[in-house]
Amino acid sequence: MHSSAPVIAFKAVSKHFDDFQVLKDINLEVGAGERIVICGPSGSGKSTLIRCINGLETYGAGDLRVNDLRVEAANLTAVRRRVGMVFQQFNLFPHLTVLDNLMLGPIRGRGMGQGEARAIALRYLERVRIPEQAEKYPRQLSGGQQQRVAIARSLCMEPQIMLFDEPTSALDPEMITEVLDVMAELAQTGMTMIVVTHEMGFARRVADRMVFMDYGEIVEVAPPETFFTAPKSQRAQDFLQKILNH
Amino acid sequence: MMTMPLCVWPRHAAMRWMIGLTAFLALSGCGANWGWYVVNPATASGYANLKFMLSGLVYTIQLSATAIAISVVVGLLVALPGLSGNIWARRASRTYVEVVRAVPILVLILWVYYGLPQVTGWTIGVFWAGVIALALSDSAFQAEIFRAGIQSIARGQYEAAYSVSLGYRDTMRYVILPQAIRRILPALGNQLVYMLKMSSLVSVIGMQELTRKANELVVSEYRPLEIYTILVLEYLVLILIVSAGVRWLERRLRVDERS
Repeated sequence: MHSSAPVIAFKAVSKHFDDFQVLKDINLEVGAGERIVICGPSGSGKSTLIRCINGLETYGAGDLRVNDLRVEAANLTAVRRRVGMVFQQFNLFPHLTVLDNLMLGPIRGRGMGQGEARAIALRYLERVRIPEQAEKYPRQLSGGQQQRVAIARSLCMEPQIMLFDEPTSALDPEMITEVLDVMAELAQTGMTMIVVTHEMGFARRVADRMVFMDYGEIVEVAPPETFFTAPKSQRAQDFLQKILNH
Repeated sequence: MMTMPLCVWPRHAAMRWMIGLTAFLALSGCGANWGWYVVNPATASGYANLKFMLSGLVYTIQLSATAIAISVVVGLLVALPGLSGNIWARRASRTYVEVVRAVPILVLILWVYYGLPQVTGWTIGVFWAGVIALALSDSAFQAEIFRAGIQSIARGQYEAAYSVSLGYRDTMRYVILPQAIRRILPALGNQLVYMLKMSSLVSVIGMQELTRKANELVVSEYRPLEIYTILVLEYLVLILIVSAGVRWLERRLRVDERS
């Protein structure tokens, strides 16, 4: 489906915390515009895996590249310019208004002027459908609104790749849909996305490929229709049984 | 953010005490053991004495303000390496704090004024000797305050800043420090009050601040009780004003976040 050179390439990536191996020999290539959903039991290394991509975690062995740029200390600024990230806890800057949250990256990270940054911030705020909240502070917003602001904040950097680390896990159930809708819309624009989530309905609708992880390794990679109906590994079958039949 | 009171008394109690104290002093002026005439503004000599005492105020304020400004900057510069991943930077920061904190302020003042010129060959006036000694001493405490404040900011704030391509300096300047400073404002206010009080020690090297003026007046008038009582009131009023200012600043910054 994706013939061009991969935008993200893991080659034999491993990581240890003391004796505990969090990532075991990870090999994964992600093509431009591809939507990957990573699932697996907690502690399986999903978050660690995507946090390696923008260098929030270091890896021990192997080779990880974003656009042929090796992810390592010297390249981090360049890598982070291309990779946006949305966190489980939103991590908005509480002392700044929504607008300032959005403008900080473009001004300080991309070297834009105030006016240009403001225009871009308003554009993406519109896109996540909360332009009227521009002058408010994060704590005045609901969880769902905060997470949409966080998505807009990443988009203001106009990244090639978006990483989502359990973006709906800290939300009240009634707010999950509004965030997933924004993500699904983003997927339609051709953005390369890697999403760690337990929202299997979203995965089924949006993912090109499912990646199932357990104990720090990638156990299975399959298109959603295959993965959800006929998972090959026993571990994936057990996992799906647990989360789909509750 | 919780506000911590800057002084032990609540503000209104402090006011009541001051009124009570003033009333007591005014009434006791009739007693045989008191000689308020030395500072009675109604008489020419009393007025001159009061004016003489108050003339130290500007130096006390200049000295403390300069010293605290320098110590905040130095404190931050000491605190940041203390939080880095480099073990040598951390050790250097730790050592600075431990060593400087261990020297009594009075000893530091004497050493800077009498010792430092001999080591360096510079001539250092009383004002700058006082500033250097107070700033040096306070910087160790400021460093600890900054360290605690910065450490109280969640990891996710750094990660979010890094993920929108901010480097370490911009992350500190626009994300971490603005939040940390709001949290440590009460502690910084305490240091400012502490510094105002400790500036009285600079009188030993001849700095013409409040305490020195009072000492000189006591020598010529021989009325220590009245003169030192006035001195106490001078510090009390000064510090109550500063405390109120810090509280106002705290309120303002807090409103900023909520409105």
